[in-house]
Amino acid sequence: MLMSNPTKMRATVANGVTEVRALLQHEMETGRRKDESGKLVPAWYITDFKAQHNGRTVLEGQFGTSVSKNPFLVFRFKGGKAGDKLAFSWTDNRGEKRTDEVAIG
Amino acid sequence: MQEHDPSTMDISRRLALKAGAGLGLFGMLATLGLLPKSAWAGIERKVFEAKSLKEAFQAMGGLAPADSNFVLLDVPETAENGAMVPVTVESRFPRTEQIAILVEKNPTALVENLTIAEGTEGFISTRIKMAQTSSVIALVKADGKFYKAVREVKVTAGGC
Repeated sequence: MLMSNPTKMRATVANGVTEVRALLQHEMETGRRKDESGKLVPAWYITDFKAQHNGRTVLEGQFGTSVSKNPFLVFRFKGGKAGDKLAFSWTDNRGEKRTDEVAIG
Repeated sequence: MQEHDPSTMDISRRLALKAGAGLGLFGMLATLGLLPKSAWAGIERKVFEAKSLKEAFQAMGGLAPADSNFVLLDVPETAENGAMVPVTVESRFPRTEQIAILVEKNPTALVENLTIAEGTEGFISTRIKMAQTSSVIALVKADGKFYKAVREVKVTAGGC
């Protein structure tokens, strides 16, 4: 199995609100696309994600197949400080998981 | 013991049964809470298989979400690439619990469902796939009630 690629993240705090921009690297195959030989490409997509600030979940969600390839998310939460840890985890429909971390800047 | 309004209970049971009929046995079981939820919090995975908006709303427990100007939905009028349509949803309800994005004419209606923690803003910006010109729906749950905003996006090249 191919290894997944890290989630690219930037988290910045201003006026007590932390804004996170996350780019998840994933094919997000719908299961309806055909390859060059006309064979259906099996569905392969992130089903769940979770963002945690110092261990506390600030946002979690579920994806269907209509989220774009390399899913992009911007969200904001109160209470982050520069240097705090922000962890982003996802799991896909094949059971692959990964977690990446960034320090709030 | 907690008091229940019998009329409300009756309605919610009827709606649950209706939702069950719409989605078949699986939907019924999901509605009755007999199936496991997704890996983390949120709704049952089967809701993502709902073909129509009505089925999806029913399965999420928000049968007839009211239009609300407290829900702001920012989408382009025209999307040249249906594979990557930017969507931003902002809820002005003080305690937003959930934000979901749906596309009426996609093969399955529900695109994503987000659980908003306390202290997290009722805001999300993301990118979605659209098969064809369709209504995009931002569904928001706040204080236990569902609200929505709807915008049409013209898609020139479908991306599903």
